[in-house]
Amino acid sequence: MSTADTAPEKERSAPDTMSSGGRRAGDSVFSVLSIGSGLLIFVTLAAVAIFLTTESIPAITASREFSGTAEFSLVEYTLPLVFGTVLASAIALLIAIPVSVGIALFISHFAPRRMASGLGYMIDLLAAVPSVVYGLWGGVWLVPKLEPLYVFLNTYFGWIPLFAGEPTAPMRNLASASVVLAVMVLPIITAVSREVFLQTPRLQEEAALALGATRWETIRTVVLPFGRGGVVAASMLGLGRALGETMAVLMILAPGATFSLHILEVGRHNSIAANIASKSAEASGVDMSLLIFTGLVLFVLTFVINAIARWIVARSGPKS
Amino acid sequence: MSTPTDTSASTSNDMRPTGSSSSSSAHRPRDERRLPWYHLLLTGLAGLLVAVAVLAIADALSVASAILLGFVLHLLFGWGYSLVREGPRWAKDRLMTLLVIGAFAISMFPLLSLLWSVVARGMTRVLAAKPTTLAFWTTDMSGIIGGADAGGVSHAIVGTLLITLWASLISIPVGLFTAIFLVEYADQGWKRTLGRGVTFLVDVMTGIPSIVAGLFGLALFITFMPDQSVRMGIMGAVALSLLMIPTVVRNSEEMLRLVPMDLREAAYALGVPKWLTIVKVVLRTAIAGLTTGITLAIARVIGETAPLLLTVGMVTSVNWNMFDGRMATLPTFINQQYRNGNANCMSDTVTNPVNQEVYACSISTNIDRAWAAAFTLIVIVMILNIIARLISHYFSPKLSR
Repeated sequence: MSTADTAPEKERSAPDTMSSGGRRAGDSVFSVLSIGSGLLIFVTLAAVAIFLTTESIPAITASREFSGTAEFSLVEYTLPLVFGTVLASAIALLIAIPVSVGIALFISHFAPRRMASGLGYMIDLLAAVPSVVYGLWGGVWLVPKLEPLYVFLNTYFGWIPLFAGEPTAPMRNLASASVVLAVMVLPIITAVSREVFLQTPRLQEEAALALGATRWETIRTVVLPFGRGGVVAASMLGLGRALGETMAVLMILAPGATFSLHILEVGRHNSIAANIASKSAEASGVDMSLLIFTGLVLFVLTFVINAIARWIVARSGPKS
Repeated sequence: MSTPTDTSASTSNDMRPTGSSSSSSAHRPRDERRLPWYHLLLTGLAGLLVAVAVLAIADALSVASAILLGFVLHLLFGWGYSLVREGPRWAKDRLMTLLVIGAFAISMFPLLSLLWSVVARGMTRVLAAKPTTLAFWTTDMSGIIGGADAGGVSHAIVGTLLITLWASLISIPVGLFTAIFLVEYADQGWKRTLGRGVTFLVDVMTGIPSIVAGLFGLALFITFMPDQSVRMGIMGAVALSLLMIPTVVRNSEEMLRLVPMDLREAAYALGVPKWLTIVKVVLRTAIAGLTTGITLAIARVIGETAPLLLTVGMVTSVNWNMFDGRMATLPTFINQQYRNGNANCMSDTVTNPVNQEVYACSISTNIDRAWAAAFTLIVIVMILNIIARLISHYFSPKLSR
């Protein structure tokens, strides 16, 4: 309150006309600054779209699809990358979603109240680790550790297409990259799901318990139906993060460009982001333009995913 | 939920006097007869023992495999034991409890192993650096070739701090003013519409992949620069601020909305102009939350690698100039050293061509440097996180709670 008192004191000492002029000047400067910042956000995003588009035009016009002469094809170049990106992210989500929902339930409903916030902080720590450190850890430490598991899966479950093929050490394959991606999206999905689970109406939970439901029955009949939309939205957010993640894939995956489903085989896949990161240093001219085009594709892909996530949140929001 | 019917079938352990009466009261004792929690420990121990025994016979005994198999067996044992003693509904409850705890344990595993690797391998290298302790933080990589067991990250620390500083200089004013616009100005008419749009675009920006931010920084500069291979610090700062602005806006907006309307109205009632109310009342009330949010935003972008990979390149010595020449940063340094892989050691020593110093040769020197740089980066991130926590703990507004 004292801050509010001192301000008019200063104003009062000045002549009235001066003070109102000063006020208006200050107000208009401030309002211009804040509206300008808001507009700057518009301009920035427009600039992102415009620069990515204009810079990728040389590749589009030079491609086989449009000029009919050049050797490279936009579709043939981009599609395997899109496939690798989506496959890696999908597998990462398959691993991360059940674990995250489990963690979120553990923190919101199973762990003792006093421990809950501390445990939540531990999970948030996972999000604070820089992605390049995940890449280093995955590449140096995790990949050799996963080898026995891959050999086991390949030997006994090789009849499933995913685990088929011939994995060779070092296991710099899509599966390893997906495992690290899963660890990286885990805290995101957990954080959102936890918040949603905590918002479950207390009375409904207590009603279920009062009817004699066990804790799991309460969760299955009350908490999970209530939180379904939130979990789906959280997963979409995680998917957006996994699609755009560069370092984990760049540092772990041995690149290739096929549509192979054999995630244990080395040198079969690559992701858009990792491809850009590994090639941009030497690229120039049309090559650079081609990389920027794939970046545009990634931008659109993540934009669509995030838009769907927001739509789900908005749709499931008022119902709660 | 078909369990109430099958409780009447197993009357063998009905010891309550009510057990013999009507069927509706017959199943109540069963539901209430929960076993104490340490029975879970007992079944867990049994699972672990069986796992160790099985693995020892199969000659594949290791700590990781024992814990993994032990947990799976514990799921079976715990469920089976509970099924016999407590009935199917509680058995399912037990099973799910175990699974949920297992999910949490599984997530702790990468965190602990990652932190352990970074500390064990990174801190050792930082402390054991030659010629003196902590020389890793004060020397750069000029003249370090092959497997020379020397070199440091002073150039990368300078680069990381400078680029993050510039990114903050761009992002914090823009982000803060955008948040002020959303909270204080976007209340009616066209401003309201604009505010809706800005909120949507900030959401979109939050989802921009970091590599796309890097591409934007690159595309922006190579469009206007004659030299296509231009790389400099400010490009990285621009790319990073693209990632930082949405975080600053989000965090600040949340904090500004927490400031009670009464305070603003009191200031207006006293005749304080709007901008002065914002500066002296709103911002001052929310200052702790704002600082925390901004610190966390800085901590988020300081570890970003992909945009810097595209925009600032790599050098071996300190570069203080943001507008000329390439810069080294900690994340890109980690990536570069990691990709160098194991070094070749033709002889036991390596001579520095610049100052003729002689170093020992180590095959793992590149990877060691990567771990040490990762340790340095994590230390910086953790310090920022701790600062954020301390600020929010000690300076949080007294009126909100």
